Amino acid sequence: MIRDTGPGARLWRIAVWGVTLLFCLNLLAMIATVVLNSVATRWLGTWLPLGLTTRWYGSAWEEFQLGDILVVTFQVVFTVVAISGALGVAAAYALARRSFPGRSLVLLVFLLPLLVPPVTYGIPMATVLYQAGLGGTFWGVVLANLVPSIPFVVLVMIPFIEQIDPRIESAARVFGASTTQLFVRVLLPLLLPGILAATLLVLVRTIAMFELTFLTAGPTSQTLIVALYYAVFASGVRAGQSIDAMAVVYMAVTLAWLLVALRFVDPTQIVARSKRESSAA
Amino acid sequence: MEVAPVSSAPLDGVAAAAGLADLPPLRMRLAARGIDATTLLCLPAVAAVLALFLYPFVYGLILSFEPKVGGLFANYAKFFGDPFLYDTIATTLRLAVPVTILNLVLAVPIAMRVRLMRRQRLLTTILVLPVTLGTVLVAEGLLNYLGPQGWFNRTLVWLGVIATPLKLTNNYWGVFASLLITGFPFTFLLTLSYVTGIDPALEQAAAVHGAGARRRFTSVVLPLILPGLAITFCLSFVQAFAVFPSAVLLGAPAGATRVISIAAYQAAFEEYDYAMASAIAMIMGAVQLAIVAAVLGLRALVYRGPVGGTKG
Repeated sequence: MIRDTGPGARLWRIAVWGVTLLFCLNLLAMIATVVLNSVATRWLGTWLPLGLTTRWYGSAWEEFQLGDILVVTFQVVFTVVAISGALGVAAAYALARRSFPGRSLVLLVFLLPLLVPPVTYGIPMATVLYQAGLGGTFWGVVLANLVPSIPFVVLVMIPFIEQIDPRIESAARVFGASTTQLFVRVLLPLLLPGILAATLLVLVRTIAMFELTFLTAGPTSQTLIVALYYAVFASGVRAGQSIDAMAVVYMAVTLAWLLVALRFVDPTQIVARSKRESSAA
Repeated sequence: MEVAPVSSAPLDGVAAAAGLADLPPLRMRLAARGIDATTLLCLPAVAAVLALFLYPFVYGLILSFEPKVGGLFANYAKFFGDPFLYDTIATTLRLAVPVTILNLVLAVPIAMRVRLMRRQRLLTTILVLPVTLGTVLVAEGLLNYLGPQGWFNRTLVWLGVIATPLKLTNNYWGVFASLLITGFPFTFLLTLSYVTGIDPALEQAAAVHGAGARRRFTSVVLPLILPGLAITFCLSFVQAFAVFPSAVLLGAPAGATRVISIAAYQAAFEEYDYAMASAIAMIMGAVQLAIVAAVLGLRALVYRGPVGGTKG
């Protein structure tokens, strides 16, 4: 790679790194503000809070019924992960192994829900779910969250499955493996890293999916992010520290899963299918 | 590929009389075109997406033409007749377009620099944080951070850049900042994946022929990433155009940041006029589609082809 060494180039380099550093600094400071405020006794008009306390976590836990909300959140998220994983991997297998008339149309059907932002399709979808009597229920929230999740699993899994040599499957067939055996003993072990990556990414995305859950959730089917929205929306009613304590709980839940996910995937995969992977395929 | 018809000799008489003797069974003909039991595995997922995504969309489109009062186009007439409603398009564009352009302008030089780094993982992990945490958390964080007593204003006052704290929350700039903080990482990571796809040998060849850094960028790299940048612009713009939670929490939802998704939400869940809400959602989709189509139309004018430097 070429390295330029003029004073202009050096200045440009410093400017680019400066902007990057500034962005990261602001981002981390913003997160630090939330964390620090959640353990502050009083923080008004000073650089740092006057004292530290953990009592806001206790009060947030009771005020917002965080226990119940966490249970609902995980029920929703794991149901979504299980259903979208099963449907998505099966569809990805078909799309990776067969070329049939209308294949590109099917791919387009899977691409659209990822390109159209949730608010745009969420409102007509919520209307349909409310008319079917599913609005405000647990299953309404799950169905809504399946819309971006299934296509996401499909599109992450297709290159993974394409990498597996179909002759391995043929060999298993030759040695007399039944379809179940073929799936459980050959395909599943080979696909496991891909399935793990895809489902973990769906998990992280579903925890953070605000719009669709917000449009379909009722009082008993709220997830953590929606509860956080209502708390911030009605701020002034409760202490800011209490809301921030809830925000920290939300961050901890999301980031814990993000850390697990990052062991299996490249961070860029969270927004785009990694270029390196598709060029290697 | 054509499949040779199986021997149909035993099927004399009946089938031959029916004129089917020289055609293989339907199953085989379908299999030859790639349709067999394996293909059917994609049916459940396709059915789910059709039922939950495409059907509601079509339903919403039809519903938008069945207003509570008035004729076929009453909802659309109401939207474009009421400045409180149609102004939301301009308000949203005023937020989404500058933010998307700023994100791209920042992302390209940084991506060009980061691709030379060997250890990108720390930076990409930091940048993936706001995308993962989501807009609600960013809005809550920025409310404190950008507030009159927040660290941002305090630092600027301390440095002597400004005399009194700037008002950065509950107005246009609050939403702008939140779109920047969630949108930039998204734009950057997409741009990075395009930039790293360019063969470094192409730039080296340009350098050998005496092209300076600026020349190498404008006549080698830029034309190669332009199609990718067009896609990135579309994806980032569509996300920014659908801004919702931060416009409510961090902006002025009744004034400067009354974006189109707020109008749609209010129609659906405050006035319970689902037909009107669907009409607004359709208008929102149409504006997004128009901008995306315009950008992709421009994209068709530029070079698209291999970005590798291989011979042949």
